[in-house]
Amino acid sequence: MSDGAFFPRDRSRHPPAYTPDYKTSVVRSPQKALISMPTTLSEETGPVFGHDMLGPLDNDLIQNFAKPGEMAIGQRLIVHGRVLDETGRGVPGVLLEFWQANAGGRYRHKKESYLAPLDDNFGGCGRTITDDQGGYRFRTIKPGAYPWPNRVNDWRPAHIHFSIFGSGFAQRLITQMYFEGDPLIWRCPIVGTIPDRDGIESLIAPLDTNNTIPMDARAYKFDIVLRGRRSTMFENRMEGN
Amino acid sequence: MQRLDPLKESPSQTAGPYVHIGCVPNFSGITGVYPADPGAQMVTKATQGERISVEGVVFDGTGTPLKDALIEIWQADAAGIYALRDPRGPGDPAFAGWGRKAADFETGLWRFDTIKPGAVPFPDGRMMAPHISFWIVARGINIGLQTRMYFPDEDNSADPWLTRIEHQNRVPTLIAEKTGDGAYRFDIHLQGPQETVFFDV
Repeated sequence: MSDGAFFPRDRSRHPPAYTPDYKTSVVRSPQKALISMPTTLSEETGPVFGHDMLGPLDNDLIQNFAKPGEMAIGQRLIVHGRVLDETGRGVPGVLLEFWQANAGGRYRHKKESYLAPLDDNFGGCGRTITDDQGGYRFRTIKPGAYPWPNRVNDWRPAHIHFSIFGSGFAQRLITQMYFEGDPLIWRCPIVGTIPDRDGIESLIAPLDTNNTIPMDARAYKFDIVLRGRRSTMFENRMEGN
Repeated sequence: MQRLDPLKESPSQTAGPYVHIGCVPNFSGITGVYPADPGAQMVTKATQGERISVEGVVFDGTGTPLKDALIEIWQADAAGIYALRDPRGPGDPAFAGWGRKAADFETGLWRFDTIKPGAVPFPDGRMMAPHISFWIVARGINIGLQTRMYFPDEDNSADPWLTRIEHQNRVPTLIAEKTGDGAYRFDIHLQGPQETVFFDV
C-alpha cells in the first residue's frame, strides 16, 4: 500500500479552464495561474466509503427508480471496468457515482427543458464501490444524445457521467464515458476541451462482446485511471511504510 | 528502454448542469433511490469539537452566483487527525471529515455545518494552521478546482502552505470572514480582482 505523495497531475492531459468553444467556461475559468503545491496529509488522505452504504439496486439503473415489476425503457447495457492508478494497480474501495439522461436524451432535473419525455421508471443515478481488484459493474440503459444551448446546433454524444473517489482527496475526479462509434463525439465542444486525441480515446468505451449477456444486455468496458502515488519508504516523514 | 508508469490519469470532463442527479439526488428531487445524499450531514451529537458553520457563494467573472455548483470539503477532526489513512492514528470515530453540498438553485448559497479542524503537519513537520480543503465543480468548470479555507481567528502567519504563495496580497482570498459566533463566510470568486487562489496539488 502506498500512502505517499501523489504524482503531480499532468495538466496537459486535462482540459484547460478556458475553452471558448464551450461557452460557459468563459466566465467560469480562473484566469490566474494555479499555485503549485506539494501534497500534504490534507490531500493524501480522503474519504473512504464502505460497501454497507450501498443498497441492492444502487448499481441497477434499470430498476432502482422503477415501479415494482416495471423497468426503464431503453437499450439494456452492462457497463464494467476497473479503476486503476497510474502505476497500473487496481484501486479497491473506490466509490463511483454515475448519472445520465434517459433513452430519449432527457434528464430528470428541474433545470432540464428538452422536449423529449421523461421515463417514469428511470431516475438516472447509480453508484457502486470497486472490489479488491478495482473492478466495478452496473446495469443501465443506453442514454440518448441530446441538444444543448451552446452554439446553435450542438448535440451531446451519448454519455454517462462518472464521479470517482480515490484513496486521497487529491484524486477526486469527474469525467464522462462515451460510446464506441458515436459520430457526435468528434463534434462535441465539451469533448473538444480535451487537448489531444489520445485523451479523448481514453474516455470512449468499446463494445465488449465477451461480457455481453446473450438475449439480455450488451456490455461496454470503461477503465478509469486515477493519479498514482509514491511509496513513503524513503521519504523524510514522521511515520510511514 | 523500459517504460515508466504505463498509465495516464483519465481526463476530466465538466460535471455539467445535472451533477445533482448523480451526487445529491435527494436534493434534486430524485427520492427513494438512496436514503440520504452522501456527505449531507457531517456532525452528530457524538462528534467532538467546536460546532461551526461555513457558508458562501461561488461567483463567476460577471459577479453572478453559480446556482449549479457542487462543493465538497475535506478536513481533519478537532484534534487535527484525518478520519482515514492518517498515519498518526485513528481520529474521532464520530467524524468522517467529508461534506458535500449543492448551491441553492435560487440563490447560489451553500452551507456546511461541521466542526473546527485542528492543526495538521506539513510534510517537513511544521504545523499548518487549521484549514478546510475545498473541491468545486460545476457546468463550465472543466476540471474540479482545488482550494483551501483558513480561519480569520487563527494565527495563519507562519503557515507553511500560505507562506509559499508568491503574491501575498492574494492570501486573504483564502481566509474566511467571521460573521458570528462559530459562523464563517467563504465566498469563492472564479475570476476578477478578488479571484480566489486555486491550487495545482
